[in-house]
Amino acid sequence: MALLEAPGSPRRLRDRLVRAVEAATTPLLPADYLDLFAPLRSGADLRGRIVSVHPETADAATIVIRPGADWAGHVPGQYIRIGIDVDGVRQWRAYSLTHGPRADGHISITVKAVPQGKVSNHLVHEAVPGTLVHLEQAAGEFVLPDDLAARKFLFVTAGSGVTPVIGMLRNLFPVTDEGVLVSDGLDGHSLAARPTENPLDITVVHVAPTRPDSIFIDNLHELHEAGAITLVDRYDDVHGVLGVDQLEELVPDLAERTTYACGPAGLLDALGQHHEERGLELFTEQFRPVVISAGEGGTVTLEKSGVSVELDGTTTILDAAEEAGVLMPSGCRMGICMGCVLPMREGAVRDLRNGEITTATPGETNTGGVSIQTCISTPAGPCHIDH
Amino acid sequence: MTTITRKDVNPTAHLTPEDIEQIGVELDAIRQDVIDSRGASDAAYIRKVVDVQRKLELGSRAVLLASIFPPAWIVGTVGLSVAKILENMEIGHNVMHGQWDWMRDPKIHSTTWEWDNASTAEGWKHSHNQVHHTYTNIVGKDNDLGYGIMRVDEDQRWSPFLLGQPLWNFVNACFFEYGIAAYDLELGKNLRIPREKRSEAFRRSAKNTLRKIRKQATKDYVVHPALSIPTGSFLPTLAANFTANLARNLWTHSVIMCGHFPEGVETFEKKSIPANETRGEWYVRQMLGSANISGSKAMHLMTGQLSFQIEHHLFPDLPSNRYAEVAPKVQALFEKYDLNYHSASLPRQVGSAWHKIVRLSLPNGWLAETNVKNAPKQVALLYKLSTGGPKVRRAYDAMQRRAENQKRETVAA
Ligand SMILES: Cc1cc2nc3c(=O)[nH]c(=O)nc-3n(C[C@H](O)[C@H](O)[C@H](O)COP(=O)(O)OP(=O)(O)OC[C@H]3O[C@@H](n4cnc5c(N)ncnc54)[C@H](O)[C@@H]3O)c2cc1C
Ligand code: FES
Repeated sequence: MALLEAPGSPRRLRDRLVRAVEAATTPLLPADYLDLFAPLRSGADLRGRIVSVHPETADAATIVIRPGADWAGHVPGQYIRIGIDVDGVRQWRAYSLTHGPRADGHISITVKAVPQGKVSNHLVHEAVPGTLVHLEQAAGEFVLPDDLAARKFLFVTAGSGVTPVIGMLRNLFPVTDEGVLVSDGLDGHSLAARPTENPLDITVVHVAPTRPDSIFIDNLHELHEAGAITLVDRYDDVHGVLGVDQLEELVPDLAERTTYACGPAGLLDALGQHHEERGLELFTEQFRPVVISAGEGGTVTLEKSGVSVELDGTTTILDAAEEAGVLMPSGCRMGICMGCVLPMREGAVRDLRNGEITTATPGETNTGGVSIQTCISTPAGPCHIDH
Repeated sequence: MTTITRKDVNPTAHLTPEDIEQIGVELDAIRQDVIDSRGASDAAYIRKVVDVQRKLELGSRAVLLASIFPPAWIVGTVGLSVAKILENMEIGHNVMHGQWDWMRDPKIHSTTWEWDNASTAEGWKHSHNQVHHTYTNIVGKDNDLGYGIMRVDEDQRWSPFLLGQPLWNFVNACFFEYGIAAYDLELGKNLRIPREKRSEAFRRSAKNTLRKIRKQATKDYVVHPALSIPTGSFLPTLAANFTANLARNLWTHSVIMCGHFPEGVETFEKKSIPANETRGEWYVRQMLGSANISGSKAMHLMTGQLSFQIEHHLFPDLPSNRYAEVAPKVQALFEKYDLNYHSASLPRQVGSAWHKIVRLSLPNGWLAETNVKNAPKQVALLYKLSTGGPKVRRAYDAMQRRAENQKRETVAA
């Protein structure tokens, strides 16, 4: 390969063309116009369009999305960050993908509406096909190892924590609307594991408050009946709340298994301790992001400047940072010009004019964070500002 | 007009400090109502406007590819003019105010927006959002009062140079975007500083502005005309783009003149503004320092809702589509506190602003005192004032002021 591009080479020609088109669209980019007509095209920011919404339980639904052309695929068990406008405001949340690679190229997530939850309620109850959503490529380490030969697994799923696990199981044992297809090893879906040749030994312990609000419980039962997995389902209203010490009773060969668990923090913590004491291998996925709750005052950290200031909740971040010697952007100093806007990566602030709280939860913001006006904001808890 | 503190009747004299603070509280409540209710339909509005504007621009430019045919030239030029006006007024100006920042959409955000104008977003945000909106109508602090080249207030000093101000104003209107760019750079002030002493910040902004102007001009006057060559439409497209920019400049200039220049809009003395002006006091200054344009929905859209200049100045960060619903509440507040809500049709406001430009291009009182009979005498006086130097002019000013005081005393008696 030539190190130097010859003049007139296709690459140079293409660059020239791009520059010419840019000269025609300035101050916008050609993409700003293309996005009007083909938001899912190759080369665009990654987006997706909701294809359909299927209710799973009274408060959970599966959202099928057609991702943009640059979607790079995923490994079952991974999640995506999805940005969707709720009441006109862009919100970002993570959701596990609930399937393996699909023939139609679509992806799906399954969302359980949490009480007062902004995004989950919107997705479950209000999202309509045709809506454009913003996506990031799949991420996450909660995936099965490449080599599944002769491995024994335990999946512990609690509530909506079943989602990444159902993604893995569906990939191993394709499920259609008609029922389970225990792979015969001929379709392209299954990975190295082909149950008929190399039987995988999977036990699923699923816990939930009640059976009716267990997402995918029918799928799990079908898989159980087809002999693909061994399902142990436990409901709080029938069996009482499951303690981790009961596991050995429910899964006698626990010690031979590698455990994958997804559920509330309390359960995962208990499981972590339980497995550590016994020297067992455990992989977990936490759904609950860091909880940012608003208080009075807090420490403001200006990350690039390397300065931290402690505030009482009555002084503005702008005043305090300047007092500490940081060169801050500013203008009117009264909240009308946006000359002081900086991204908050994490934390909560209070608008001194009307008391309104703005929070930035890591993983739930635009890349970069949430813009705040430092001249009318005071911390409502520890804040990290990108400046 | 004269700054309110030097007027016979200060229009705020009847307001107690408590009234002023109460006005602040009531306006805050109006603002909060909008904040509490803004949501999906507002977001849909701005996205729709952006979508329509971009398609209109694309469509117009496509039509102009064949602008050698007169109907195509007309349709394309009108479309492009409208698209450029929408882009500057309802979209650019308002997005850069941060009116849509609450959507957290990085593509429609004050920190990322760049507009189709010779001035850079950064320069504009400084001179407009920070200086003009904060120090609105304070003589000597708000450079929008005449943009540093014109006299729009009695309290700004007259000089013979200003005789040409109606002409300057017209030229500025035609090339308004460049005027804004120069104004954002404070070009006049900075060019007077010796080259090597100019600030780093000025040099950087000047470079950015020149680059922007070059790109803008390349787009309108080279690239698009060149794309029209296949149909033999190079020159017609060039003319169309020039016309669209001219139309946009004239329109935006007129709308903006209506905001603060019509007769009866108040101005303020620097020394009358307390160092720690309260929110209530700031609000009252905005209330008296702006004028609205009455008209249809289409008019409001094409002015970028600056036809609600009063509401815009009170709440520069509220989404523009909500000014219309806020206006009656604001007007009721004006009535309650017996203040003058200044609103008139576009021709009236433009006429009034131009009248002021002409009137103040002449020494104070000159136009009012001149009639057919004394015209020769007045012209002679003007000649003397123009050629006589500052001393003569100061004497004239003093005489004018004495005459006014006398008038005031006789009225009082
Ligand atoms: C890696 C990862 C994968 C995830 N996968 C899924 C998934 O497949 N399906 C799914 O439904 N959710 C999943 N989540 C959780 C999801 O991202 C959101 O946190 C959840 O939908 C709540 O968002 P919300 O906007 O509705 O709630 P918010 O408006 O953010 O919060 C409302 C209230 O609910 C509480 N809350 C927030 N998150 C949770 C939670 N997870 N459980 C209980 N209470 C909560 C908040 O503290 C608050 O009090 C995943 C999270 C992560 C980090
Ligand atoms: S400095 Fe003007 S909004 Fe903060």
